[in-house]
Amino acid sequence: MKIHEYQAKTLLAQYGIPVPRGKVASTPAEAKKIATEIGGRVVIKAQVYAGGRGKASGIKIVNSPEEAERAARQLIGTRLVTHQTGLEGAPVRKVLVEEASDVAREIYLSILVDGTSHLPVMMASEAGGMDIEEVAQSAPDRIFKSYIDPAIGFQPFQGRKLAYGMNLDGGQVGEATWLMTNLYKLFVDKDCSLAEINPLVVTADGKLLALDAKLNFDDNALYRHKDIEELQDKEQEEPLEIQARDRGINNYVKMDGNIGCMVNGAGLAMAVNDLIQYCGGRAANFLDIGTLNNPERVVNSFKMFIADPRIKAVLVNIFGGMARVDVIARGIVEAYQQMNIPFPVVIRLAGTNLEEGQQILADSGVSFIRAGDFCDGARKAVEAAKGVLK
Amino acid sequence: MSILVDQSTRLLVQGITGSEGSFHTQRCIEYGTRVVAGVTPGKGGSKHLGVPVFNAVEKAMAETGANASLMFVPPAFAADGILEAVDAGMPLVVCITEGIPVLDMVKVHCYLKGKSTRLIGPNCPGVMSPGKCKAGIMVGEIHLPGGVGVVSRSGTLTYDVVSQLTSLGIGQSTCVGIGGDALPGSTFVDILQLFQADQDTRAVVLIGEIGGTMEQEAAEFISRKMTKPVVAFVAGSTAPPGKRMGHAGAIITGSAGKASEKIKALSQAGATIAPTPAEIGLTTKKVLDNL
Repeated sequence: MKIHEYQAKTLLAQYGIPVPRGKVASTPAEAKKIATEIGGRVVIKAQVYAGGRGKASGIKIVNSPEEAERAARQLIGTRLVTHQTGLEGAPVRKVLVEEASDVAREIYLSILVDGTSHLPVMMASEAGGMDIEEVAQSAPDRIFKSYIDPAIGFQPFQGRKLAYGMNLDGGQVGEATWLMTNLYKLFVDKDCSLAEINPLVVTADGKLLALDAKLNFDDNALYRHKDIEELQDKEQEEPLEIQARDRGINNYVKMDGNIGCMVNGAGLAMAVNDLIQYCGGRAANFLDIGTLNNPERVVNSFKMFIADPRIKAVLVNIFGGMARVDVIARGIVEAYQQMNIPFPVVIRLAGTNLEEGQQILADSGVSFIRAGDFCDGARKAVEAAKGVLK
Repeated sequence: MSILVDQSTRLLVQGITGSEGSFHTQRCIEYGTRVVAGVTPGKGGSKHLGVPVFNAVEKAMAETGANASLMFVPPAFAADGILEAVDAGMPLVVCITEGIPVLDMVKVHCYLKGKSTRLIGPNCPGVMSPGKCKAGIMVGEIHLPGGVGVVSRSGTLTYDVVSQLTSLGIGQSTCVGIGGDALPGSTFVDILQLFQADQDTRAVVLIGEIGGTMEQEAAEFISRKMTKPVVAFVAGSTAPPGKRMGHAGAIITGSAGKASEKIKALSQAGATIAPTPAEIGLTTKKVLDNL
């Protein structure tokens, strides 16, 4: 789960990490008021769940409260398109108004869990403000890492190693170590999947300051962090994905094609999408109905397809294991009874309770295109979406 | 032979009295697996599905000689369940549970260091040696005893692949689902090592997916240590970057996580790449025919 920069900075401040003075505004008038309180030069930052805001004119530096008001008016209510948002952009509802800082140096700092060592790793680089992926590719020796033993936590020597690696001055080394220790504390306390300060700046007067902040959280741990879960801004998420979650379908991702897919199991669902593309079509979504034996979830999947105007055909591919084919078949029949299905539906069934499932579909008299295996299913779905097969 | 589980496996089920635990324990028993004990704290002394239930893993092992554990404990308590089994010296723990917090698994991995336990999963379908032992939730009937080892990050995609193999008359030595999480207990390399050493495994089918670098590490192992042929498929070629595709570990963050990079690494290491998921069986047949 993601949160906004202003929320991340509030959390950082709670852990004693210095952030610029500032407040969030929902209207241009509020932005003006905050700019007046701060005084002098301020920065207006669009609050969206995407990076690349600077290059997309989502961050403006202004010299007066009036200019702050104007900048906020230009941003609030618009959609910001960055290289991370896609063409439709992300809605800007709020801006963060912050005092402008005199920056002497920019540093990159982050914590995430490393999949190879199975440990949290603190990473720092002098190449602050840059895309860390690019740095990792072009100059991996410029990234310093410290792996953290969860039993003893982040240690001062690790902070010194990273701080000296960043060529920080004597006094800043202690400050940086203290900051890293607190960032790790936050990472663990809140079950973060990523805690990133990019850039962490050294100001003209030699102080450290978190100029930007990004916190992502482990979805699996949200059950023990209701305070974090409440911070989620649903408007920043894809509307179809929010709708899916509200309907109890947690594993739904919008894709850019026109074939609706309903599959059990994430790996199989990915493979089905791959196969559709191989057959010359494009999936409209990734949808794993999971392993619960619940016909309602099947009905809800069909409601998702009806709600998506792009859909020209649907492919149902079920290999019953934990999920039983008869339960899925009952769900499909129920969907046909509840709603008018305006597109052809290709169904491939296999696995646990297959005969019972096929019988249920046959007895119901619903019209669908039967597929033998999952290659056949993908091919027929592509033909159906093109209108060749009905 | 086979790897991890066989006729000598004496299975203990953690969370045996829950609904998932009950359903799948019953199916393991029907398949012929020797389920010797169950553990549910607070229900010790009772019997469930004809299996004696204990309060603690240590006691259950001492009294029944259980040498493998299958876990159906809910996500909030699953890490604790794994730790209990590791502490009791359980040689093999197969964790089915999906949704365990990553930082809980960090602790588990630290605790596992230097211990004798091998962990498979979490978020996996389990381990199956056809005709010998089923320790998991996979469909028993689609399997056939034979000489191909299967290792996969997926559940249902594996069922599809296994049924492709079986319908071509290609049996399996052992099928291992290592799970879809970002921090699996065992990796592709761990399982490839076991298959390489197993006399009855002639070839291996590896089913990877986007996210992480496990496939690249497998490629490295294949090129250096593996003398048996490997057939590989990587799911998620069409997945958009930055989106989690169902599995906690299936998210492309950086170029190494892409399917194309993984396929390239495996291909360069000498693995035979199945062009589509529907052709994994046929690709394996061709490889076996050339042996």
